[in-house]
Amino acid sequence: MSLWEYANPRRFMAVSGRVLPWLGWLTGLTLAIGLIWGFFFTPDDYRQGSTVKIIYLHVPAAMIAINAWGMMLVASLVWLIRRHHVSALAARAAAPVGLTMTAIALATGAIWGQPMWGTWWVWDPRLTSFLILCLFYLGYIALWNAIEDTDTAADLTSILCLVGSVFAALSRYAVNFWNQGLHQGASLSMDAKENVSNVFYIPLLFAIAGFILLFLTLVLLRTRTEIRSRRLVALKLRERMAHA
Amino acid sequence: MIRLFLRDLSLSIRAGGGFGLALAFFLIIVTLVPFSIGPEPLLLAQIAPGVLWLGALLACLLSLDRLFALDFEDGTLDLLVTAPLPLEGVVAAKSLAHWVTTGLPLTLAAPVFGVLLGLEGDAAIWLVTSLALGTPALSFIGGFGAALTVGLKRGGLLLSLLVLPLYVPTLIFGAEAAARGMAGLNAATPLALLSGITLASLALLPFASAAALRANLK
Amino acid sequence: MPDLGKYAVEVLAAYGVTLVLLAGIVALSLYQARRSKRDLNRFEGHDDA
Repeated sequence: MSLWEYANPRRFMAVSGRVLPWLGWLTGLTLAIGLIWGFFFTPDDYRQGSTVKIIYLHVPAAMIAINAWGMMLVASLVWLIRRHHVSALAARAAAPVGLTMTAIALATGAIWGQPMWGTWWVWDPRLTSFLILCLFYLGYIALWNAIEDTDTAADLTSILCLVGSVFAALSRYAVNFWNQGLHQGASLSMDAKENVSNVFYIPLLFAIAGFILLFLTLVLLRTRTEIRSRRLVALKLRERMAHA
Repeated sequence: MIRLFLRDLSLSIRAGGGFGLALAFFLIIVTLVPFSIGPEPLLLAQIAPGVLWLGALLACLLSLDRLFALDFEDGTLDLLVTAPLPLEGVVAAKSLAHWVTTGLPLTLAAPVFGVLLGLEGDAAIWLVTSLALGTPALSFIGGFGAALTVGLKRGGLLLSLLVLPLYVPTLIFGAEAAARGMAGLNAATPLALLSGITLASLALLPFASAAALRANLK
Repeated sequence: MPDLGKYAVEVLAAYGVTLVLLAGIVALSLYQARRSKRDLNRFEGHDDA
């Protein structure tokens, strides 16, 4: 039994159909625990006041926004190398979710920045990088939608994803070079001394787990949609051929 | 490969679009900037490198959708795919021809247009250096975008959406190098990074573009 | 309802925006899933008839 068995669309549909409802409930539960705990039962920070509660949205969304692109990169590579359709469709399914997460990270960041930094937006490296990431998602989605033939679209978007990843990483360094910023460093790294304290940390972990589960659920659901609509196109084509 | 390069070159010159159009577009941008932000010489001189870089980038973008589209429509591209010349070489030759007709004239004209924005002396030298090192990358990255969108009816807008994010690092290092050189700071680091991006784009992107073309022509 | 102090507007806005966006992508995904399932079923049923 190998991982590649799930590359068979029929098998993927069967397994994902069974897993999906459970995953959905687990997502709802985890997300609810994380966000309700974070919103109602955490103290205010002595400097940031109640705005510290925004962390339960901002950090998980930002993590998913970046890692969704990573997942698309892996899925694109699998498509280019092993030509598994499920993989290409999963990459396509993940893009709108990643874009939404990027938008959430940007929006919550701006709302937090207004009282804390006194401005909605600064051209800080992290913020700028996220804006660029947002553009990459838009271009990727637009390219998928522009091309009719699914295999060609999968090829081209995969190539774009690979090249885009390189340029996104380059942009990250370029932007760092261009302007040193206001944004604090990663607050979750294992070795950092100024890590957020446990009161905030545990609900944050729940929120992160909830966002990860939400991402998985949505990607599974959307991949199933893609497989179905692809099958429909294939069936219609076959019928037209039969009648012709 | 050299023949193909020369053919593309002569085609774009004869069509009149090549040299003239990009330069005219560049000139218009430089003319419009003072209208939009006001005529103070100090302010203009300060933003001049950025404006000229942005103008070069947009002028380059303008002619990209024709890079492969004409050859795609009349079937030349199908012949080129089956030709003994590797497709990577075809892409490189065409991107290079694009640079010679847009990037190169823009670079040479930049000091003249810079005068309009109050950019003189040393500053112009820095600007030309950064443009000369950076614009080849713009053409090769653009070639990749053009290869992705070659089969599409209305690819122009999509092409911009795909290519502009890819231009970010080049633009940052290019404009930064020009601005630092102008201010008398050390511009060696951004120039080195800019050349790095250009060289890597020249070496690697033709492979990605060729893969995209093959997928499009399958 | 916790006491959000002087930043109540910001915190509520952040949660509001996030929940709206999340609800949007979830609703869109569910809607597309239902539609694709319905279309496919209808087509396959029509095929058998």
